[in-house]
Amino acid sequence: MEGSSAEAELSVSASSIRITDLTQDGDILTFAIASQKLNSSVGVCVFRAYEDFDWLQQSLFSQENVPGIQGIIFPPLPPKALPSQSNMQAKTLKQLGFLALGKDWQGYCKALEFYLQQVATHPTLCKCKALDSFLINSESPGKQRGRKGILNRLSQAVEEMRKESHKDVDNFFQNERNKNTNIAALSKVATEKLLDVVMTEQKLALACGHFSTSLHLCVNQDDAAAVAFSKVCLKLSDIIEAVKRNFEKVATNNLTTLGLGLDLESRNQEAEKEMLFRRTCKLIELETVKKSTEKAKANKREVMEAFQKAVEKEFNLISSVGKQEIERFNNSRVNVLKNFLIDWCEQQLNAAKEYAELYSQHLEACRNMYSE
Amino acid sequence: MAASSERSPPPFPDSEEPELLEDSDDGADAFTGTSISEMDSLSPDTTGPPKDIFNDPPEDIFSDPLSDINSEPQKNVKMPSPGSDEAVDLFSDPLDDEADVISSPEVQNPVPDLLNEPVEAPKSDVIVEAPRDASSMPVHKNAIAPRQQGIFEDPPKGSSKGSTANKAESAELFGDDDDDDDEEDEEEEDLFKEPLKGMTKNPQPSAASGPPVNVFTEVKVKPQVKDDPMDLFTEEAVTAPAAKPSASSSSRTNGVHSEEQDIFSEATVELSLDSPHNDRKKKDVVKPSVSAPAAPVASSSSKPPSKTLEELEEEESEDKFDLNISVTNPEKVGDGMNAYMAYKVSTQTSLTMFRSKTFTVRRRFSDFLGLYEKLSEKHSQNGYIIPPPPEKSILGMTKVKVGKEDPSSAEFVERRRAALERYLQRVVCHPSLLQDPDVREFLEKEELPRAVGTQALSGAGFLKMLNKATDAVSKMTIKMNEQDVWFDEKIQDVENEEQQLRKLHVMVESLVNHRKELSGNTAVFAKSVAMLGSSEDNTALSRALSQLAEVEDRIEQLHQDQASNDFFTFSELLADYIRLLGAVRGCFDQRMKAWQRWQDAENMLQKKREAEAKLLWANKPDKLQQAKDEITEWEAKVTQFERDFDRISATVQKDVIRFDKEKARDFKRQIVKYLESLLHSQQQLIKYWEAFLPEAKAIA
Repeated sequence: MEGSSAEAELSVSASSIRITDLTQDGDILTFAIASQKLNSSVGVCVFRAYEDFDWLQQSLFSQENVPGIQGIIFPPLPPKALPSQSNMQAKTLKQLGFLALGKDWQGYCKALEFYLQQVATHPTLCKCKALDSFLINSESPGKQRGRKGILNRLSQAVEEMRKESHKDVDNFFQNERNKNTNIAALSKVATEKLLDVVMTEQKLALACGHFSTSLHLCVNQDDAAAVAFSKVCLKLSDIIEAVKRNFEKVATNNLTTLGLGLDLESRNQEAEKEMLFRRTCKLIELETVKKSTEKAKANKREVMEAFQKAVEKEFNLISSVGKQEIERFNNSRVNVLKNFLIDWCEQQLNAAKEYAELYSQHLEACRNMYSE
Repeated sequence: MAASSERSPPPFPDSEEPELLEDSDDGADAFTGTSISEMDSLSPDTTGPPKDIFNDPPEDIFSDPLSDINSEPQKNVKMPSPGSDEAVDLFSDPLDDEADVISSPEVQNPVPDLLNEPVEAPKSDVIVEAPRDASSMPVHKNAIAPRQQGIFEDPPKGSSKGSTANKAESAELFGDDDDDDDEEDEEEEDLFKEPLKGMTKNPQPSAASGPPVNVFTEVKVKPQVKDDPMDLFTEEAVTAPAAKPSASSSSRTNGVHSEEQDIFSEATVELSLDSPHNDRKKKDVVKPSVSAPAAPVASSSSKPPSKTLEELEEEESEDKFDLNISVTNPEKVGDGMNAYMAYKVSTQTSLTMFRSKTFTVRRRFSDFLGLYEKLSEKHSQNGYIIPPPPEKSILGMTKVKVGKEDPSSAEFVERRRAALERYLQRVVCHPSLLQDPDVREFLEKEELPRAVGTQALSGAGFLKMLNKATDAVSKMTIKMNEQDVWFDEKIQDVENEEQQLRKLHVMVESLVNHRKELSGNTAVFAKSVAMLGSSEDNTALSRALSQLAEVEDRIEQLHQDQASNDFFTFSELLADYIRLLGAVRGCFDQRMKAWQRWQDAENMLQKKREAEAKLLWANKPDKLQQAKDEITEWEAKVTQFERDFDRISATVQKDVIRFDKEKARDFKRQIVKYLESLLHSQQQLIKYWEAFLPEAKAIA
């Protein structure tokens, strides 16, 4: 937190952070977070609710001793899941997208896990004391700070409209802002579209299931012809069942790899956008200060100039941190996407091979039925 | 010798058929019923007398246990006709085997119930005599020789009959059989030419000479042969395939022969499976190559003929036609609301009932409907299942007529084209319908008189509605107490099945729709990935993304193809069968109507009898005579209607069994097709992913 001890190194290894379990009690999801101490094989396991994650995020935002903190791209925390509102599935789906899919919130857990890892690997943020205590203290950290963050975001959203289009003084940032707006929108759309695809695949799997089940109803043992026909129906039922499993598999693959990847990508872009926006706000502030300094009367001028300098210094700091952050961000983003893409491709390839094999077995069996 | 039908009356076990094939000139008629008798009359040859004999039997056959009939006709026939001689000859071969076989239990098992009585006696004869013939294997050739003669005589008969009869009548069965005979003849010729020539003429006219003796014994054997059909079959099989090459070249064949061959080869296999006798060896020696390829096909139908129904079913499974019909090139003719679609109907066949091997005609949709009307007018009261054509669709057709080139109307046209094709294929698959002159005309004739009645605004649908309404009414009024367990169950089954198929159809429709949705969504996703790729800074990632977009595009195509595959293999198949089951129910209704007629006549007879009793009591002799006349009249009617009912029951049963077989086969075929398409798209997927993987890995 904001203490001077915030400089302490993180005591667990970032790559070992896992969300291993999830318990649901009414509206409250509790996540079991396991990690491993550095330089030892001792594992730590803590239980955290979403509020704790939110507290962590707010603590990261409000670190005071980090210079140019506003230039940092904070890893995006997934929005809160409301499991009890399963009747409002459509709404959750809209809010959470891919994270709402998957059995037992697997996708959601994965996303939280990824969030923690991102924080833990971040060169600046990992030094935050809050993270360490979040990962290690068995007691739940305080919840009192939750409100502030929400207010922050709300006010941001209002201002955003006004300041979004403000012209930048720095070409690099101007470009980055344009690109970011573009990609953020596109990746969001792509995520939604992929979500549609996955949903349709699940529907198809369901339809196949129905089809396969009702084929069983056609079984009739009355006479030889009926038996022959029943056999055909059962065979078809098996085949459709296989098709169903194929769809499920493909849908799951889409969900757990490319789906999560695209979702993360779009949230990352949002995070970058927030950072750029904070910088833009600072820029606007600086410009207003400059203007008022020029207009200021002599007696106040000195104070104003000092203030302007302070703001300018802060702005430059933010800009330089932001530049580094953007570079780092782009690298890691590409890397993450690459891994997801490779994973995805491999999984789909495996599934395709597996089912091609299965189908050819079925085909063989069917052809043999002729000669039975 | 017109071998008798492949599809003989229901109760006949498989085993009998072969036998029928042999004696059939005469006996065959009996089985096909009325139509057959006409056939017979057409052939002026030796067969004449035997046919007459059989004209009556047909009716009896249907009403009585068939087995009796079989045996009787044969006996009668034996002596009078040279045809019978031939038959005898044919059996001589079997005899050799039979001699061995007779002792073996297998032989008797298959058909014990049916044939027991008639057979017993002859069998004993056979047993005694057969050995004599059989005692020397070489003799068996001699035996064949007489048969050769018969055969030689036959060809003219067969061919003339085949050509005239085939065309005139729907007894395709006979045609086939003739073919067999012909083939056999030819084969025989090849095999035995020289020796036979000498013998040919002698034995036939004078049955008293050496060979004739054999003949006689053999004749008696015939019934026995029934018992042991295998031998017969094998014999035939042996000869038939061999005949193939020669037959095909000869002008005499009647068209159906290729199919015949199939049948025989199947038979061969079947038999050989059941009874591994020495005949098999013979067979192998004669032509192992020919019979081999047919084996897989036949094996499916090889089951010991323990039940009559099953046998019937088996026999049904044997008809395969060398007749390929395709409907292609849908083309809009004319403009505006008078426009119509014309289709190219191409036929490819080696059946000689057609004028050439390939021919093409143009037909419009209403012609197809017209064909159906004609067929159902002629045949539905016989209890045949007449495949229904696709329904008229005003909406779909109007779209086409208005004629924007939009995808939905293209889909409509393609869907209808495929439906018409399946419809025609089903029609020609029906052994009796294939023989209908209207069918042939439809396939062959350049110009067809415009079908009327169908073009009135969805006239077919309207008529159907009317029919349905009247049927429903009659169903309510007719309370038939079903005597026949088979029908009782089957009617229930058909109704259940229709329900289930409807359900399945709904499922498949939703499946297809989801597939289409998936393909649409995939396309959109591909597009957005492409956009994402184009605005990506990292070149490798950008490249990978645009590759991914391409992959997704291809996958979209796959989904689309699969959707139409799903649609055409399942949805349309189910829709077809829902309609076909409607036709099956129509058959049941026809049967019920026949039953109603019979019952009405029965009631009337009862009334007349009561009236007579009253008259007797009242002592009014003047009116008594009239009453008696009426009674005899009504008695005749009752028998007539009862026969009708039995006949229609038999036909319906036969047709339904055929239908069930066909259905199972059809579904199997479709499933294989479906799997092939699934497999294919899966393999495509593998290719796409394999191509994409290195791209993904190349991202720096």
